[in-house]
Amino acid sequence: MAETVVVDFPKNFTRALNDGQLRRNLRAAMDTLGMRRRTLFSDPVAFEQLRARGDAIRQRALRQLPELLERLETKCTANGIQVHWAETPAQANGICLEILRRHKATRVIKGKSMVSEEMHLNHFLEEHGVEALETDLGEYIIQLDHETPSHIIVPAIHKNRDQIARLFHEKIPDTPYTEVVEELNAIARKVLREKFFAGEVGVSGVNFAVAETGTLCLVENEGNGRMCTTAPPVHIAVMGLEKVVERLEDVPPLLRLLTGSATGQLITTYFNMITSPRKQGEKDGPKEVHLILLDNGRSKIWADPELRQTLKCIRCGACMNHCPVYTRLGGHAYGYVYPGPIGSILTPQLEGLDHAGAMATASSFCGACEEVCPVKIPIVDILRRLRVESYNKQDASNAVKGHGYKTNATESLTWKAWALSNAVPWINAVNAKLLGLLGPLLPRLPAWGIVKGWRQSRALPRFAGKSLHALAKESRIRDE
Amino acid sequence: MECTATMPDRPEKVYFFGTCLIDLCFPRAGMAGMELLQREGIQVIYPQQQSCCGQPAYNSGFPDEARQVARQQLKAFPQDYPVIVPSGSCGGMLKHHYPKLFADQPEAAEAQHLASRVFELTEFLVNVLGVELEDRGQPIKVTWHSSCSALREMRVIEYSKSLVRQLKNVEVIELQRERECCGFGGSFSVKQADLSSAMVADKVADIEQTGASLLLSGDCGCLMHIGGALEHRKIAIPVKHIAEFILERTRG
Repeated sequence: MAETVVVDFPKNFTRALNDGQLRRNLRAAMDTLGMRRRTLFSDPVAFEQLRARGDAIRQRALRQLPELLERLETKCTANGIQVHWAETPAQANGICLEILRRHKATRVIKGKSMVSEEMHLNHFLEEHGVEALETDLGEYIIQLDHETPSHIIVPAIHKNRDQIARLFHEKIPDTPYTEVVEELNAIARKVLREKFFAGEVGVSGVNFAVAETGTLCLVENEGNGRMCTTAPPVHIAVMGLEKVVERLEDVPPLLRLLTGSATGQLITTYFNMITSPRKQGEKDGPKEVHLILLDNGRSKIWADPELRQTLKCIRCGACMNHCPVYTRLGGHAYGYVYPGPIGSILTPQLEGLDHAGAMATASSFCGACEEVCPVKIPIVDILRRLRVESYNKQDASNAVKGHGYKTNATESLTWKAWALSNAVPWINAVNAKLLGLLGPLLPRLPAWGIVKGWRQSRALPRFAGKSLHALAKESRIRDE
Repeated sequence: MECTATMPDRPEKVYFFGTCLIDLCFPRAGMAGMELLQREGIQVIYPQQQSCCGQPAYNSGFPDEARQVARQQLKAFPQDYPVIVPSGSCGGMLKHHYPKLFADQPEAAEAQHLASRVFELTEFLVNVLGVELEDRGQPIKVTWHSSCSALREMRVIEYSKSLVRQLKNVEVIELQRERECCGFGGSFSVKQADLSSAMVADKVADIEQTGASLLLSGDCGCLMHIGGALEHRKIAIPVKHIAEFILERTRG
């Protein structure tokens, strides 16, 4: 990325934790999404079988990623879809702009796409005199408020109905204040309908790209995705290069896992399969379809067998919906495009640990995310790996960008001392005795470092006068 | 993660891995755990050479230090006896993470061997020993906290709760968000103290609304965390490890 984003995590976290309205909105929304998911996947055995399949499909796709991407390109090209490769977001933006300029287009309508967020496409287009209008309702809401998505599936989840009502009233001309959901929907629909007709180029994301047939699959609920990909004469699809699957028959199980995990839906209202531009004799559809395949660090992630599992993600957002940390922070506090558990493993790899490494520390390793992940990404293991890399200065070929940023003598020495004490029984015994004797003094000492953090909301633990080792010995429990 | 290991037939002897936290702060829970086993006619061995499972370093980004400590445990529990752990978290470390920690080390087979013998205490009491409890205590309302590792890694919560349910004078009032983490997470509780505090605040509120007069759990990490938060807020709900509770209620 051209500009380096500096995120002040502690400040963001404090602000989010102190925002009562945000906390209430998130809690209510996450409870609903979680409940819907549980209702749909009510049979744990069936769910395990389904997600084992999803995992296998994604693993098979990633195993042969380079070949599948080539096959996808060949098939798409044969179908009349123009394929472009972009190593960086800047390149992807450049390709978009070139297409727009060729068509002298200044009005873009957009379906929801996280990759376009990764590219900061809207901002880039605006700088080049192009208006990019988000047409997904949630995206439209946050665009009105000059915000970024706070969730990868439900971008305006941090807002409640009242806040949206006020926003519409203030930002959309001649809009009376209403809190009735149907009326709010109607207001957005009216504005968007006109924009759909005026859009010169449609931009969308891609949920799955099928190498076998050269098909781009797009999952959505509002029909705006279909409008963006059929109404304007040109359609540009942007996709992270990991989204490819091998066969058409791989799609149904993944679709089922995606909609069920994301919103608890058996299937979404719309499911689009785009395999070519408008053919001769057809009455609608874009005359040109472009597919931009973005790498942006994914090849590097792919090269490491453990980290590669990050790329299995189908972007359902279930990990966020079930994360106790995300539920209390919301997406904006993370500061980058992808928040929550998946963001916490993906972002440090894309942006570098030196920038986003703190995300790997914002987890209690509770494992709620792994429990719901529809493709069994070992999120906790990858977070742990990122923590290791944060202290690892060695330049191994598979080292994560910005590794070793946290290395410091104090922490290294502390852990070395801890290890010595716990690896040598007599030192451990002396320590236990000392803690038992001196422990009662602890609360009277001034709070410093980690003790200070603990004491902000918790009384200090009390060390026992006699350790279990000592008690076991006294009770003559056998030592062998 | 597999559900449960193949259960052994009722063994003559078991090892007891006390965990460092119980060793230093909750030794009575450890003694209670061993007494519960002995009471069933099992000979308990407590190797004095044991210390910590290594999880603090393992989860903080210091695998070499974790291995150094873990090696000491491999040495301390060499025989083919089941290793009983009164904690889902430390049990999970020994059972699920040692094989990963030693995957490319000379001790890989030893680590596998230890992992295959690990049982969480309540799982062992219920599944292998089939304990039957007679409640001799006064009526009491308690609530139960499931540690994330007991719930998702060791998957033993149903065993733990089934023991409490055997106590006829004990009414268990469940938390509204039982499956939600209390925010301990080891170093997380101090490195992300604000987040951890926000999580435990919600947990404390959930505990209070049950009206229970005691909080039980199978993990002393969570108990130290939640207990500390209750004490900080001057809420008079004590916390207790399940082993200690069961022993007290059933002692003649």
